[in-house]
Amino acid sequence: MKTKNEMKLSFPSKSCNESFARAAVAAFVMNLDPTVEELSDLKTAVSEAVTNCIVHGYRRGAGTVFITAKIFEDNRVVVKIRDRGCGIEDVKQAMQPLFTTAPDEERAGLGFAVMQSFCDAVRVSSKPQKGTTVTLEKYIAV
Amino acid sequence: MLQTDYHDNVLTAYIDGEIDHDAAARLRTSIDGAAQSLKPRLLCLDFGSVRFMDSSGVGLVMGRYRQMKLIGGRLRVVNIPDHIYRIFAMSGLEGLGVLR
Repeated sequence: MKTKNEMKLSFPSKSCNESFARAAVAAFVMNLDPTVEELSDLKTAVSEAVTNCIVHGYRRGAGTVFITAKIFEDNRVVVKIRDRGCGIEDVKQAMQPLFTTAPDEERAGLGFAVMQSFCDAVRVSSKPQKGTTVTLEKYIAV
Repeated sequence: MLQTDYHDNVLTAYIDGEIDHDAAARLRTSIDGAAQSLKPRLLCLDFGSVRFMDSSGVGLVMGRYRQMKLIGGRLRVVNIPDHIYRIFAMSGLEGLGVLR
């Protein structure tokens, strides 16, 4: 499938960049004329993934979050959110609803469940001590 | 971002704008500060002006539920927009009876 458009973004793992990241991805898909709901779903999923990089990947330390987004000819949007942080030992366990490693920080453990509910597909690849890549796929109706 | 109102033992916090992990930390400090000093019978979180929320909002509500239990009060969340309610529905918070 041919790529219609693409963009790359990187920024420091500061929590103030969570709103920047989701707004940037939303602005990128704007010319597909998404519905308010499609846009809100994508922003929510991106926000969850970026928060995971900051809170879990880098454990609130310094690091860089990388985002690439592509729009394909079938109006499929693919967003990859990547960190070079601590990685996830057990991805299957991490993706279970309500599983959290940070209950003291009031993390609900719903990040992956929200991504899965709000996107058409979610893939996670991770290596301990190397980092994590989350791939979100969403079709924007023509 | 946050306005509060207190009368008849009810503390209402009107949350405005976007609730993500960054904003939730600030909201938590402000709401808990007010609740600790006023010790209301009921803490009411008004979500009517919330435009965006990710799962950090669920953590915020769960945390305030626990805080209110500690000081012997109750929590209620009101005026939740439909697209935000979807996230609460996934959380199991409905079972606590605090969502209106």
